[in-house]
Formats: sequence, structure tokens, C-alpha cells
Amino acid sequence: MKKQTVDSRPAGPKPWYDPRIRSLFFQFVAIALVFWGGWTLVDNTLSNMESRGISTGFGFLNETAGFGIIMSLVPYDATMTYGRTFFVGLMNTLLVSAMGIVAATIIGFIIGVARLSSNWLVAKLALVYIEVIRNIPLLLQIFFWYFAVLGSLPSPRQSVEVGGSFFLNNRGLYLPEPITQDGFGLVWGALIVAIVAVVGLRTWAKRRQLATGQIFPTFKVGFAILVILPVLAYLTAGAPLEWDLPALKGFNFGGGITIIPELAALWIALSLYTASFIAEIVRSGILSVSKGQTEAAKALGLPNGLTLRLVVIPQAMRVIIPPLTSQYLNLAKNSSLATAIGYPDLVAVFMGTTLNQTGQAVEVVAITMAVYLTISLTISLFMNIYNRAVAIKER
Amino acid sequence: MAEPMLKPPKVAISPLDWMRQNLFSSWYNSLLTIVVGYMVVTSVGPLFTWLFFEATFLGDEPSDCVGTGACWLFISQRLNFFIYGFYPDEFQWRVDVMFLLLAVCFVPQFIERFPGRKWFGLFGLTGLPVVGYFLIPGGNFGLEIVESSKWGGLMLTLILAYIGIIASLPIGILLALGRRSEMPIIRGICVVFIEVWRAVPLITVLFMASVMLPLFLPDGMNFEKLMRALIGITLWQSAYMAEVIRGGLQAIPRGQYEAADALGLGYWKKTGLIILPQALKMVIPGIVNTFISLFKDTTLVLIIGLFDILGTVQSTVTDPAWQNVAIEGYVFVAFCFWVFCFGISRYSQNLERKLDTGHKT
Repeated sequence: MKKQTVDSRPAGPKPWYDPRIRSLFFQFVAIALVFWGGWTLVDNTLSNMESRGISTGFGFLNETAGFGIIMSLVPYDATMTYGRTFFVGLMNTLLVSAMGIVAATIIGFIIGVARLSSNWLVAKLALVYIEVIRNIPLLLQIFFWYFAVLGSLPSPRQSVEVGGSFFLNNRGLYLPEPITQDGFGLVWGALIVAIVAVVGLRTWAKRRQLATGQIFPTFKVGFAILVILPVLAYLTAGAPLEWDLPALKGFNFGGGITIIPELAALWIALSLYTASFIAEIVRSGILSVSKGQTEAAKALGLPNGLTLRLVVIPQAMRVIIPPLTSQYLNLAKNSSLATAIGYPDLVAVFMGTTLNQTGQAVEVVAITMAVYLTISLTISLFMNIYNRAVAIKER
Repeated sequence: MAEPMLKPPKVAISPLDWMRQNLFSSWYNSLLTIVVGYMVVTSVGPLFTWLFFEATFLGDEPSDCVGTGACWLFISQRLNFFIYGFYPDEFQWRVDVMFLLLAVCFVPQFIERFPGRKWFGLFGLTGLPVVGYFLIPGGNFGLEIVESSKWGGLMLTLILAYIGIIASLPIGILLALGRRSEMPIIRGICVVFIEVWRAVPLITVLFMASVMLPLFLPDGMNFEKLMRALIGITLWQSAYMAEVIRGGLQAIPRGQYEAADALGLGYWKKTGLIILPQALKMVIPGIVNTFISLFKDTTLVLIIGLFDILGTVQSTVTDPAWQNVAIEGYVFVAFCFWVFCFGISRYSQNLERKLDTGHKT
């Protein structure tokens, strides 16, 4: 630690006053406590499970589940295994989280900008939205959308119809499903070519701007390439796409894509709730860019759009990204509230039905927690990479 | 400032000018104002009609609700259940006493010049849980025992949130100190504990507490469901608390630590006398914010079968005697939560402004 100065005192303190020895001792005690606690828990659990006749191990994942799930993105029926139910639940969780993140970001940015609007009415309305939504529990909002709003939609026979292809009733929202025919691969190919072309164009335009100072309208041209190439490919391949329209069969609809009301309620509630937090983050981010920056950009002669895109937004993003990350994480975690209204997410399917049927609480809870841990760590990893890319480069 | 400064002259602005500046400054803004204004007028009108003008307030039976508006009878008839759950009528004074004490402790915090309000707050954090521990379950001092399975409603919501915060505060402080410790193993343990709890949703924690906790404990030792939920909430909340407090610890300038070292204070004296008092004061707004989110999250206990305020409402809106009262029930719960959360968040913002005593550049 400290350098010993030459003096007449005996060398070093007594062992029990030496900070290094003390810290070693405390750490040793901490490790011992953790191991003792862990061992006690494991021992108790094993003996309890034995006395209750609960089997251990992950063998149950290969057993037949025998229960149905109302919605799955991957093929599933009751004859499949518990391992499959885990996968179905996981996909449903990821689906609603991804949908929620996209919608919450869009709504949140709109409300956040509206909050700063020079129009008094718009600004106040955004304020009311934020203050009302974020002070009401999410679970209550989910219940409200599910039981009070979607529950009062008409029955399938009286469903709201738009153009004979969109139907809305209390069993869900029915949309036409695109079915790709032979030759649709050409469209995918064209899309990939277009993306590569746009990336190349962007690099070229940037290099040219650095060299000559001329600005190329990358966004407009890139957008045009992205739209025109796939459309051309689609037409040359002879429009290889058919629509499967939903139709009333007996008491319910068949065909097409169904958005079940559980998913819709969860999605709406999650997006609106998280958006109210994102709006505040966006507002504080934009306010954090000092006025001098905008004025300097004006003095350089940048037009309004470019000022926003090149000066204000990049600096605001630095303030916005870290709290935005934790909102995304919150949204992913809050999607587990699905279990309250019966949307078959990971918690409802795996920690609910599978756990009840197999009784293997320890394994099921451990797997579920591991999944959420992985999702959390992955989202924060990606956001950290992005954050590093936009952070101030101090030299 | 030696000389009294003149106040800037008040700019007299006529309502017409104000409207021109804030609502109709350009053709685009005018269009926006008209469209948004139309939407507001057409939606607020029917909303108020439903909420108040056409609503039924008086009466005692479901059949009294005849109007097209809201049926507030449903709320007033079931109010006792929504506040106390199944708590027996003759003992409800005990809960009322706790409500009163809670108000006595915390209402003065909103009033700037209330004498000795600090002591009221301190009692609320330390003495009140002790009083509640004896009063609500009963069993001592000749009070009749009321099983925790009979607690419910608003009372249960407040108990969960309050105990969750009070119990997680000391654990959170220890975890935050551990995370900033120089001993790598202690730090590692604390980091893993905090990050694991923060990564999992509360609902899995509650499931774990209600399903797995009985497996973890030795034979013959078991808790009631409420206790298990409280243990889960406390552990989960302490991880969040630790991160809030760590923020405060990090905001203390290095000079404070070094000055304490220079005075020859040991670790605990340095922490207890110099660092924590400053850090905690700095993070009071953060703690209040975590309290708000915990308060909202307590509604999740209804999923494991406890009857908090949302649980009591949810269990009665499907009552066939009353028709279509779901919206009324949800609006009532939303209003209760909104009043609490909005009030507390306003208080926290106020506090933030007042406690801002430097340390920031």
C-alpha cells in the first residue's frame, strides 16, 4: 500500500489492523457465507422435493405437453413437447416486445416533440397525455384495453368490416395474409441488391462530399432505389403474390392473419405506457442541446432540416440513448404481464401451464429467469455499442 | 445585491395577442389548432357527460342505475371492500388509525413551514411500521387476530408498497456500498445480485416467491402468501434501490472521501458520518421515484392471488348483479393511483429543485 518511511517504529501494523489482511478476511467470510447459504438452499430444496415426490432434471422438456396454446408463431399442437411450449412462449414474448418497442418509440418521439411545440394546445395535450398515462399502473391499463374496450367489440357475426378483407370483432382483428408464390425469390433478391446499392451510394456520396463539398441527395435517391427495384422485380416475375382473405366460417373467421385481442390489448397498453416515459426522455434530450448550437448552425447557413439532422439530433441522441435503453428493457420485462389476460407469452405458457403440469418449479423458474437475463443483457449490449458510436469522442 | 432591483415591467398581453402568438402563429399552426381543438371538444364533451352529467350517484341497488352515464353506485356500494378487503368490520378502526397516522406523518411534508415536519417524516419511516406491525395483524395487547388472507384493497396496496420501500432501503444501502467496495469478491457478489434481480420481471419474482420459496426453506418453516410476496418484492426492490443510492454515492466529490481519510476516520465512520448523509439527501427524489414505480407495480400481486385494490375491483366487475361496470371500476382504481402518484411525483420534483445545493457543475 503505502511506502514505508524510515523511522523507528516497528515495521507495519499488527496483522488484525492491516487493511490488506482485513480485506482478505472479510472476502473469505463473504465467500463462506455465500457457499453456506447456497448449500443450505440446495440441500433444503432437494430434501423438500424428495419428500413431495417431485422429480428433478430437465428430462421433462422432452415429454408431451398435451395442452393447446391459442397463438403460436411456430407450428404447435398439443402432441408436442414441453420444450416446444417454451419455444412458443419465447417467440410470443419476443414478438410483443419487438412490436411494443417499435410502436412506443414512434409514439414517444411524436409526443415528446409535441410537448415542445410552439402551439399551446398541442403542447398542453401532450403534457396531459404524459401525466395521465404514466401515473396509472400498467396492469390496470392492460385490463382496461382487454376487458373494457376490446371486450365490448361486436361478436363475429356483427364484426366491423373494411372492404371485405379486414374484420374487427371481439375474437380479434382479421387481416388478409400474403402468400408468396413461385418466383417471389426474385423480389427478395432485388431487395438485397437495393440495400447493397444504397449502402454503396451512401459511402460514395460521403466521400464525394468530403472531397468536393457537393451534397448528393442520398436520402431521396436511396429511397427511390429501395422502392423501385423490388417493385420492378415483382412486376417482371408476374406478381407472384396471392392474398388469403379471412371469411366467416360457422361461428368464427378462418383464413388470413389473426391478431388475437390478448395480443392487441397488451401491445396497445405497453406501447402507450412506455411511450409516455420515452416522450419525457426525448423532451429532456432535445432541451439539453444548448441554443448556441442551433444559432451556430444558423450562422453557418444550414437550412432548418439540416440543422435538425446534423446538429440537434446527434447531440440529443447522446442524452436520449441511455434512459431509452432502460425503457426498452422495462418494456420487455413488462410484457410478462401478458399472463394476467392470458396472452401466451413465456411466463404464461412456461411458468404457468408447464410449471403447473410438471411441478418442476426450480427448473422452470431457472430457465425463465435465464431467458429474461439474456434478453436484458443482449438489449443493453446492443444499446451500449450504439451509445459508444454516438458518444462524444474526447481526444 | 446591495440595491433593490426594479422588477422587469409586466408585459400586458391581450387574450387576442396571446392566441395569435400561441395558437395561430402560422397557417400550419392554425390548422393544427383547429384540428386538435375539434378533436378535444368532440371527445371531452361526451366524456364529461358520461362521467358526471348523466351518471348515477344516488341510490342503493343496481337497478337504480338507469341513465346512459356512469354507474358510480357500484363504487360507493363496494367502497368498503375496495378499501379494506375482507378485514372484519368491527376491527376496521385499526386500519383507520393507520391511515390517519400515515396522513399525519406525510401530509406535513407537503407544507413548507410546518413545525418539526422532519420528525413526523422520521417517525413515519421508523415508528409507523412498528405500530402497524402490532395494530393490523393483532394478537398482542388484547387485539383480536386478523389473518393476513383477509387483508385486501387499498390497505393491502399501501402495506405492500410501504413495507417494500422501508425494508429495501437498508438492504439497498448495503448493496450499493458493496458495489463500490474495493474488495473484488464483495463487489462481485453485489454486482451479480443487483443485476440478476434487475433483469427479471417482478412477475417472475412473485411466482418464484410463491412457488419456490416453500421449497427453499427447511421443513416445518413456512410463511403466509402475503409474507412470501413481501420477501420477493423487497429483494427485487432492494436491487433498484441499490442503483439509486449508488448514483448518490458516485455524485459525492472525491474530496469528501479524501478529507474523511485525512481526518483518520475508519470506513464505517467515514461512510456513516460523511458520505451517506450527503448521498442519501441527494437521492431522496430518486427514492421517491422508485417508490412511485413500486406503488404501481404492487398491482401485480393480484396475479398470485392477493386482493390488492385492483384485485378487489377486478373480482367484482364480473358480478352479474351489476351490468357493465368494468369501466367504472377501472376509472375508480385509475383515479386512486393517479392521485397518489401524481401528488408524490410533484412533491419529488419540488424536492429536487430545493435539494439542488451544488455538487453539480
